Amino acid sequence: MAEKILKKEELDDFVARLKSKYRIYAPLEKGGEWEWSEVEQGKDLTFDFFNSSLSPKKFFFPQTECLMHFRNDPHEEKGMLMEAEAGLDQPRLLFNIRPCDAKALTVLDKVFERDEESMDVYWKDKREKTVLIGLACTDPCPTCFCTSVNCGPHHEEGLDVLQVDLGDRLLLRGISEKGEQLLKDLDQAGTEDSQAAADQKKEAEGSITSGVEMDRIDSRQTLEVYDQAMWDRVYESCINCGTCTFYCPTCHCFDIQDETQGEYGRRVRNWDTCMSWLFTHHTSGHNPRGTKKDRVRQRFMHKFKYMPIKLEGSIGCVGCGRCTQRCPVNIDVRDVVNSMNEEHVE
Amino acid sequence: MTTIVEDIRASARKLLEDKTVDCVIGFTEGSVPMQARPFFAYTPEETDLLTWNGFCTSNLANFLIKREGRNAILAQGCVSRNIVGLIQENQVNRDDVYILGVHSPGMLDPGKIKAAFAGRNILEVRENGQTLLVKGKDFEEEVSRKKFKRDNCYTCTHRNALIYDEFIGEQGKQTGGGDIDKVAAPWDKLDPDQRWQEFEEEFKDCIRCYACRNACPLCYCKVCFVDEHNPQWCGKTQDEPDIYTFHLLRAFHCAGRCTDCGACESACPVGIKMRRLTSKLEKDIRDKYDYQPGLDLESQPPMSVYRPDDPEIE
Amino acid sequence: MKNPYLPYPVRISKVEIATEDKTLRTFEFEFLNREDAAAFTYLPGQFAELSIPGFGEAPIGIASSPTEGDHLTFTVSRAGKVTTRLHNMEQGDVMGVRGPLGHPYPLKDMKGKNIVILAGGYAVTTLRSTMIWLLHPENRDNYGEITFIYGARTPGMLLYRETLEEWDQRSDVKTYITIDNEVEGWDKYVGFVPQIADQVSPEPDNAVALICGPPIMIKFTQPVLDKMGWTGDQIIMSLENRMKCGIGICGRCNVGPYYVCKDGPVFTKAQLDELPKEY
Repeated sequence: MAEKILKKEELDDFVARLKSKYRIYAPLEKGGEWEWSEVEQGKDLTFDFFNSSLSPKKFFFPQTECLMHFRNDPHEEKGMLMEAEAGLDQPRLLFNIRPCDAKALTVLDKVFERDEESMDVYWKDKREKTVLIGLACTDPCPTCFCTSVNCGPHHEEGLDVLQVDLGDRLLLRGISEKGEQLLKDLDQAGTEDSQAAADQKKEAEGSITSGVEMDRIDSRQTLEVYDQAMWDRVYESCINCGTCTFYCPTCHCFDIQDETQGEYGRRVRNWDTCMSWLFTHHTSGHNPRGTKKDRVRQRFMHKFKYMPIKLEGSIGCVGCGRCTQRCPVNIDVRDVVNSMNEEHVE
Repeated sequence: MTTIVEDIRASARKLLEDKTVDCVIGFTEGSVPMQARPFFAYTPEETDLLTWNGFCTSNLANFLIKREGRNAILAQGCVSRNIVGLIQENQVNRDDVYILGVHSPGMLDPGKIKAAFAGRNILEVRENGQTLLVKGKDFEEEVSRKKFKRDNCYTCTHRNALIYDEFIGEQGKQTGGGDIDKVAAPWDKLDPDQRWQEFEEEFKDCIRCYACRNACPLCYCKVCFVDEHNPQWCGKTQDEPDIYTFHLLRAFHCAGRCTDCGACESACPVGIKMRRLTSKLEKDIRDKYDYQPGLDLESQPPMSVYRPDDPEIE
Repeated sequence: MKNPYLPYPVRISKVEIATEDKTLRTFEFEFLNREDAAAFTYLPGQFAELSIPGFGEAPIGIASSPTEGDHLTFTVSRAGKVTTRLHNMEQGDVMGVRGPLGHPYPLKDMKGKNIVILAGGYAVTTLRSTMIWLLHPENRDNYGEITFIYGARTPGMLLYRETLEEWDQRSDVKTYITIDNEVEGWDKYVGFVPQIADQVSPEPDNAVALICGPPIMIKFTQPVLDKMGWTGDQIIMSLENRMKCGIGICGRCNVGPYYVCKDGPVFTKAQLDELPKEY
């Protein structure tokens, strides 16, 4: 794996070269938050931020996405027949994506590209046409716990390139072949820089002090975790809004709606949330998850029990901490998981 | 620990020991800085976990809706007014609620604190009378508490609980000092196009998580109009008309009922100022109907009754 | 690459009112494109999304059997937005069908076994498909005794009356058709499905039971089968949950780790016993 060096003063050129092929996006400051925005030039990039407010999952799974369209005319032979939406017209590059968010995309790959019959063509198209240049974390937040959910501040999974910020310069490590290609014209990193990056990794990992334990969740049967008494308290303060699910980089549930206006019609998918009672409501009125407790439990069971069972051990969480930061009633995912994992006293 | 917290715990403990109530609804210390968690104490021992501070921004009246049993609830001015509203609207039975009235210190806005310390990890914020002690890994700063209050708390009209079964601590200053009518005043200067522009600018970042709605004690409809699908009043997409329809209709549903408690703004993860809308509606209600929501149990919210001499609203 | 969200265009070739209360209609669809018909290979127990542009989609069990030819049959209850619209559509109208979705009944594993089918109300649809498939000359000899017990509230609420009549006449299937209460002129069985099952008392040895019906029927049939010594892995059920994508992604129809649309809708009772009752 080649390690290259890019001086920050040369960023402008580097970005300009990339821009000839890609549309480039990165987290940029906007009113005190960092939001994914289109990048015009290298000097707009900032490296001193925690993480973007919303995760970059929206680049692959937009909150509202047209899947198909049709001519809304029941009397015409070709009217009312669905036609698929076209894919991306230009490749994209996400600059400064955090390792946790890139890891989340690899978890979602298993969901959206499960097998031949369930191949989400819209997800796949965007994944294939997007390059990910990651930025390792130097100063994790107090809500971060990536190291306990198969991830870390310098985690490389899912990335094409990982950058480590060394002050006036960036160390860039090519991870995929696509990534190596992008870096081929840059200077080789010296051993000193490589050492600095390695030291930084150790320090960043060490600075993550909170975590979750899942050993008992893993070893217990589904129903045993599901029937635990702790669920009777966890949900109490929840107001069943969708904040945690919308901010989560691995939450992926959606709703499909048809819309018509005049002669035009479309079928769209919108982010949905398991926190909503409507999510599972049958037309008959029956609701398999009719209570707030059912819904709160579903979210945590899905991420920490069901997904590992279904996705070869992949947890539906990368420890980014967004849910905990944004929850209006302070439901802390770490507390919930650790209490799911607690030893039962008979 | 402050005296008020000790007093809250003592009162709560007694209520549970005497079996006056089944549960005391209050707050407990949050797991991360600048957050407090709504908390439900069922046993005398659990009351030791209760707390009361400037980060208790959820409106607890929300949790009374459809709740069974007899509950005690911690309520400052706005929350007590919402309880009045819920009783008026037959959502809560007065006899089933034991109100622990408190004076509001004026709640804090974590967004403002974070913005003042942008780029730095805040590990602890301690309230110390009129100052806040903000701590991070390698910094510690004392700032004036007043600067970081929520917008709605500056213009608060009733900081003391209005109805209560027991008042905890001393009654304090009743108002926040600001002029509530001024919040809505900018709208009057704008023509319709400018108003629309302002409105769009404020609400464009909405992600439709419905935290505002779900945090609001006025929003207890079994099926919210945005969730109705037959007929479908409002689309479910992120398209502007769908987002705007949601916020406009919700605001109108709340007219004459909103106590300006600020729970919606505190809950909003993207920092939308819903009060830009509600302040105008409530000002109209004050001007036209001479009515403020939740002040007494006997009155009726003007939008829920019809009178032949109802004022016209252009 | 196949787009799993894109429905095949179909034309309604036949509509029939299926029950006396007119809340159910049976629709027959023909594919507009011959290659779509060929691509739509299915087996009994699978379902499809009936897709009406502008209204949405409804997941419905396939009532026809692939042995019947290229057309698809669905019997649909008028309940929500999509099915109400469908009930207002006519022969010749064009719409979409997306599928086949989910797993069929484990017909391969059932080979050489006796089969007991217990159906209640309009949940009989995919079991009709199964019966037609099993009774087909190519398949019939691969299976042992077939017992078919089907109940509805009244004679007029029984689906597929003519087909039932045919099965009743056959010697290679034991057919028990029942209605809830006695009605003048009714010469078949009277009583709820669990009661008839109790009378028929099917032997569990080398046998498989397929059960589809309202929750109340399943609830009362269970103890009857338990009493006779049936075990959980011999009892096969089909679940319904609210669905959207139908391909195991959108997240709403799960029962524990399994999606009803993708991993089901067919589950053994033994499987369900280890999962939350979220259906």
